[in-house]
Amino acid sequence: MSTAVDYRSRVRRTWCPGCGDYGVLHALQTACAALSIERRNLVVVSGIGCSSALPHFLNVYGVHTLHGRALPVAQGIKMANKDLTVIVAGGDGDGYGIGAGHLIHALRRNLDITYIVMDNRIYGLTTGQASPTSDRGHKTKSTPAGNPECALNPPALAVVGGATFVGRGFSGEPVHLAEVMQRAIRHKGFSLVDVYSPCVTWNKVNTYDFYRPRVVKLEQEGHDPSDREAAIRQALREDRLPIGVLYEIDEPTFAEEEPSLQGEPLVRSRIGLTASEWAALMEEFS
Amino acid sequence: MTKQREATVWIGGEAGEGIASAGDVFVKTAARAGLGAFAHNSYQSVIRGGEVVLQIRTGPHPVLSQGGKWDFLLALNQRVLDHYLPWAAPHAAALFNADIVAPPEGSAPAALLGLPVGELTAGLDQKPVMQNTILLGALAFLLGLPRELFEGSVRAQFEKRKPKLAELNVDVARRGWEYAEQHFPPAEHITLAGDGKRRIVITGNQAVGLGAVAGGCKFYSAYPMTPASSIMHWLAPRAARYGMLMKQAEDELAAMNMAIGAGFAGVRAMVGTSGGGFALMTEAVGLAGMIESPVVAVLSQRGGPSTGLPTKTEQGDLFQALGASQGEYPKAVLAALDPVDAYYAAVEAHNLAEKYQMPVILLLDLYLSERHVTADPESLNPDVAIERGEVVREIEGEYLRYRDTVSGVSPRALPGTPGGMHVAASDEHNEEGVLISDWYTNPTMRTRMMEKRMRKMKGVRRDTAERGLVCEGPEDAEITIVGWGSTFHVLEEARRALADAGHPARLIQFRTLWPFPAEQALPLLRKTKRTVCVENNAGGLLARLIRQETGFAFSHAVRKYDGEPFSAGPLTQALEICLRPKAPKVQTLISAELDLPVVFQ
Repeated sequence: MSTAVDYRSRVRRTWCPGCGDYGVLHALQTACAALSIERRNLVVVSGIGCSSALPHFLNVYGVHTLHGRALPVAQGIKMANKDLTVIVAGGDGDGYGIGAGHLIHALRRNLDITYIVMDNRIYGLTTGQASPTSDRGHKTKSTPAGNPECALNPPALAVVGGATFVGRGFSGEPVHLAEVMQRAIRHKGFSLVDVYSPCVTWNKVNTYDFYRPRVVKLEQEGHDPSDREAAIRQALREDRLPIGVLYEIDEPTFAEEEPSLQGEPLVRSRIGLTASEWAALMEEFS
Repeated sequence: MTKQREATVWIGGEAGEGIASAGDVFVKTAARAGLGAFAHNSYQSVIRGGEVVLQIRTGPHPVLSQGGKWDFLLALNQRVLDHYLPWAAPHAAALFNADIVAPPEGSAPAALLGLPVGELTAGLDQKPVMQNTILLGALAFLLGLPRELFEGSVRAQFEKRKPKLAELNVDVARRGWEYAEQHFPPAEHITLAGDGKRRIVITGNQAVGLGAVAGGCKFYSAYPMTPASSIMHWLAPRAARYGMLMKQAEDELAAMNMAIGAGFAGVRAMVGTSGGGFALMTEAVGLAGMIESPVVAVLSQRGGPSTGLPTKTEQGDLFQALGASQGEYPKAVLAALDPVDAYYAAVEAHNLAEKYQMPVILLLDLYLSERHVTADPESLNPDVAIERGEVVREIEGEYLRYRDTVSGVSPRALPGTPGGMHVAASDEHNEEGVLISDWYTNPTMRTRMMEKRMRKMKGVRRDTAERGLVCEGPEDAEITIVGWGSTFHVLEEARRALADAGHPARLIQFRTLWPFPAEQALPLLRKTKRTVCVENNAGGLLARLIRQETGFAFSHAVRKYDGEPFSAGPLTQALEICLRPKAPKVQTLISAELDLPVVFQ
């Protein structure tokens, strides 16, 4: 029986004191422990940004990739070795800004991967510019007159974009968040977990105090996650900010559909051609 | 009259009129008859409606290039006949469907042989492409190709996709043959004599796909882009058979990053694209360099810059490959010479990528990617050496993913390996993989890790030197011709023509561009006073690289950047000019309307 501590590495955690990402990291360790995922079979992939430092704080396999490219790298890993548990972690700028194009295709592709976005609605590592989830009017270093663009609604986008699992959490509710993560990892197919993870340094609007009175747990709202329209309604709510599992359906995964992934993982498939395979190929060319 | 041992056939029409299929039948017939063939498609980037001319040359194997003027033109429409008549060789003949194409008035430079296609196919369920089969039948007769082999090739072509139409087309081809037999004189000036050996027909891109499969590549990701797409098309229906996945990605950023992920997980992974797509992949090429993960990128060049000439050939991306990504990291850049070489180059690229845990770029271009040539099946060895590099399976004690070693290569632990857990990071990191970039910047460690990675280039240099270049011709030559990659055979053809004209010439063709084989190249380059660098680009990129790496400057250059490949005839003329006392330093060749007139600058 593993515990959350077992997944922790020796690397000193570099986030600002009070950063929401600590709660996310702890919730992820808790979820992995609850599911008894073998560390050697777990790969955590991140992009670039404060939150993307997360793999370093775990003693599992990790790839700290380029800004916005965590999803394709993670999908390549999963396609090459479908036996691995692959979790992607990153921020809102990484996933919804520079990497947004990959997100919608990852949703459609439905590989069995979990994507955790630490959404602080600001660019933290680059010291406080507007992000794709910054509200209209939000004054930042790059939008001194107030953000002229509206905020992206990632869960709503994901539900209409072909997601088979959409969850939301709040790093101020780590126990609840760990439960959402557990369900996301257990889900067969692609799962997105968008987490309200406050930046205590650069975002003075979307703080813990902003979220606490607004969040409401979906489990207490009688929400049916298999109801797509209800999921969209919950994602679009303005009175409260629902957290929990918004949407979950059972659809074929990429690995189930793709002929090349029916047998052993690619990483264990035979190298080279047999004499008869070669002869057949030569016949094709003649 | 001296008999010609080879023939050049042009099949021209609109894209979508079945030119490729007719060309396939013709080349297959030649291959089965023991002849060599070389086909180059000069086409437009439209699915239907652009004029396309497939240039095929056949003769004794190997045929080195697509040839010059046509001996036979299969004109599938009026425009093609009117347009291409001026490029007829002496004693040439044009074949066409007399129902839809009218012979031009007045004298013509070729015999005009119209076939009454409607009459010949009366009573059959007629299809427009039947005219192609009829014309091919007539051509096969005129060239004296073995009838059985020809009909077998027609059958084989249709059996693959439309088995119901196979016998019908054989019947139609026979009608074309018989009509020609009764009405047209055979081409007496041409004798095609095969050597009785049956050969295969393969393109550069197919050879890369085949090399990937034989070399154990298990993951290919790409976004459609001419002229690389046919690698995807070849692999897609076959990959699953060989425990491989061909994945079309949402863009080239994804394609490259997926391949890097797959490589990290432990499979041989490859991408294929052209210059525009490679530009998008570029940041990730550096990622592979930094996290020391193997990946192979096939970069099939086309005319640039920007969208450029999507369906035309060029060698303009050399510095894009050499300079890919920010910063410094170990990499290899290889260029394949022909389809057979492309097969081995694909395997070598994977070996280098895994052995040195780095990106390897394999340069092709449209001229090589899409060329159909005959090849001896035994020239392709299925038992290729596969070097997977150092991978640890069991770990005792502490594991350092980026251990500073003598060779610079740190043994990899693949995900799933107990005790090998580490983070592969795009930020600078220490031996363990822990970042030293922002919080703990450590100049000494940074220097050490940079040196560790770059030290791998010593091994890469050692391993690639042997494949660095090929040399043809005598040492005591009048002139040294230098090229790289896909132009090998056409340069060799021109070199032989020069030698036949009394000018012994030497050819040096580069296969490794990075690390540049300077030590091997320099003594060879210094052998002759006159040295000419021949490139399908405007800037003389190889000449620039050679000067950068060796200090050597060429006396002459011949360049071409009109989108068309070199043609041996005009190229030989240009090389002869280089031998004159006051030869221009740089000559630019232009194929005006598909070839021939040479413009000197």
